Amino acid sequence: MTPKPASGSLQRKEVFAAWIFLAPALIALLLVAFWPLARTFYFSFTNATLDDPSIYDFIGWLNFTEIARDAQWWRAVGNTVLFTIVSVVLETLLGLGIALLLNQALPGRGALRAAILIPWSIPVVVSAKIWEWMLHDQFGIINNLLIGLGLVEHGIAWTATPSLVLGVVIFIDVWITTPFMVLLILAGLQTIPEEIHEAALVDGVPSWKRFWSITLPMLRPAIGVAVLFRALDAMRMFDLSYILAGNNERTMTISIYARNQLISFQETGLGSAASTWVFFVIALVAVLIIGALRLDRSTTAGR
Amino acid sequence: MASVSLNQVSKSYGAVDIIRAVDLAIADGEFVVFVGPSGCGKSTLLRLIAGLVPVSSGDISIADEDMTEVPASKRGIAIVFQSYALYPHMTIARNIGFALETSGLGKPEIKAKVTDIARMLKIDHLLGRYPRQLSGGQRQRVAIGRALVRQPKVFLFDEPLSNLDTDLRAEMRVEIARLHEELGTTMVYVTHDQIEAMTLADRIVVLNEGRIEQIGTPQELYRQPANQFVAGFIGSPRMNFVAGALLGEKARGATTLGVRPEAIRLVPAEEAHVSGTLLRLEDLGHEHLAYVEIARDITWTVRLAAHPDRERGAMVGLGWAEEALYRFGTDGRAVA
Repeated sequence: MTPKPASGSLQRKEVFAAWIFLAPALIALLLVAFWPLARTFYFSFTNATLDDPSIYDFIGWLNFTEIARDAQWWRAVGNTVLFTIVSVVLETLLGLGIALLLNQALPGRGALRAAILIPWSIPVVVSAKIWEWMLHDQFGIINNLLIGLGLVEHGIAWTATPSLVLGVVIFIDVWITTPFMVLLILAGLQTIPEEIHEAALVDGVPSWKRFWSITLPMLRPAIGVAVLFRALDAMRMFDLSYILAGNNERTMTISIYARNQLISFQETGLGSAASTWVFFVIALVAVLIIGALRLDRSTTAGR
Repeated sequence: MASVSLNQVSKSYGAVDIIRAVDLAIADGEFVVFVGPSGCGKSTLLRLIAGLVPVSSGDISIADEDMTEVPASKRGIAIVFQSYALYPHMTIARNIGFALETSGLGKPEIKAKVTDIARMLKIDHLLGRYPRQLSGGQRQRVAIGRALVRQPKVFLFDEPLSNLDTDLRAEMRVEIARLHEELGTTMVYVTHDQIEAMTLADRIVVLNEGRIEQIGTPQELYRQPANQFVAGFIGSPRMNFVAGALLGEKARGATTLGVRPEAIRLVPAEEAHVSGTLLRLEDLGHEHLAYVEIARDITWTVRLAAHPDRERGAMVGLGWAEEALYRFGTDGRAVA
């Protein structure tokens, strides 16, 4: 007997039920994700302003070209890319190191695992404010310590010195999100069966080679996913820079640039075009990283 | 090739004793099988020999060299795991040759060795594949190949066939026996499968609660079990037991009596040593298993070559030759 085409009433009922269950999520997504995004695309081709967005004319690609010619936009792109690469690399290396330590059968391992999550569980605004105070040039504990140790003579204006401020932003981001990397990499480590390590150990494979040729390749899917999440997060970073340095050119990210066009300069059209750029830049990065991950999957991963 | 000897080896985790003062001498080239119920410590004992777990007390020597404090990598042993423990991201060829990559051998030499081993194990056509593309039996061959390539002094197997289905298990059993014959390497093999123990072993070590209950050839363990535990553990279906008091003077003062299912015949009531109700018959094709309740809550298994031609619920008489009766004292030890 050949299977009947999907026309039976039971089949129809199931399809109908599936749509009913999907509907709330789809409606919510349409309202909060698709609609604003579509509006942003729409406005990016207009000269609308924030004080009266109902009056506008279509101006084609003018907003996009204007942004592409703005040196400040490219500065923001540079900052964002630099911030993303440096912070994600540092977080990955630190996360890997700490995860390897926590994966050992240390006494009090459970408590350590919980403790390491604290920086990540604090809201970014709170962390940023805490660090802002700790780094304060006159009253901050960091400068106090450095002076006490005799390393510097006067307090350093960490967040006000142009050459330091991006470094400070990266440092705080690393402090906040390394626990997230630790968590994902630790989960990856725990999927590697103990006996694989034992087999290599018994076979006399030296520890550096066990790490390099067994642990690291088997962690690649876990690290890949962690890097993807972190990179996308870092590309759209707004809060940390904005709280610590406001519109400082040295730390302005593409999200801050878009916000400035839209809110500070009241240019709805230009701001929308900038937001559209942000969207496409992040989408591009996502496609690149996911492509790289898929490549892994087909050749090496899997058991 | 090497002998292995354990001297008063103990292992405890906190207050829990896993291995209690084990003495064991394994001769050069011998095939020794550890058997015992789950949790008896057989795998731990193997890991102690491998050096994957440190001893709490006692000494271990391999080839007359004290290995107690020598790390696993320097003991000259190889181990095959139940889970195969292959490296999933490496080809079969690299899996087998991986340990040689840091041994100073050149690539062509490694390749030649890997090819030799693969041919011996009949996996030379699989060298370019990944472990996930192989069946369970093929994976276990690769794991054995990986162990072979370093020419270890002692081979350790930790339940290597337990993940395979019955057919493959029989095939691999033959394969391992052939390897032992060809190589003559000392092998220590952990299993809970009696057939593997009986067919592969030169000598079997029966473990229970971290102690050795008996060491002997398969025949010795089957014919002269040292105690009730070994008598019950070796042989399938297991030996039938009954309190000595139930058989009166035949018990000759023994606390417990035992008869193997295959030693029992169905006999007329007047010749029967015991009789009971036939509860159930199982037809296995080449034999029949009869379950007979000889007293309240004591059911014996009887192995019969042919269908007994009795109805369920019938009274049957059971008889056996005098020498088939095993007697055990109050401490469980065999008595004459």
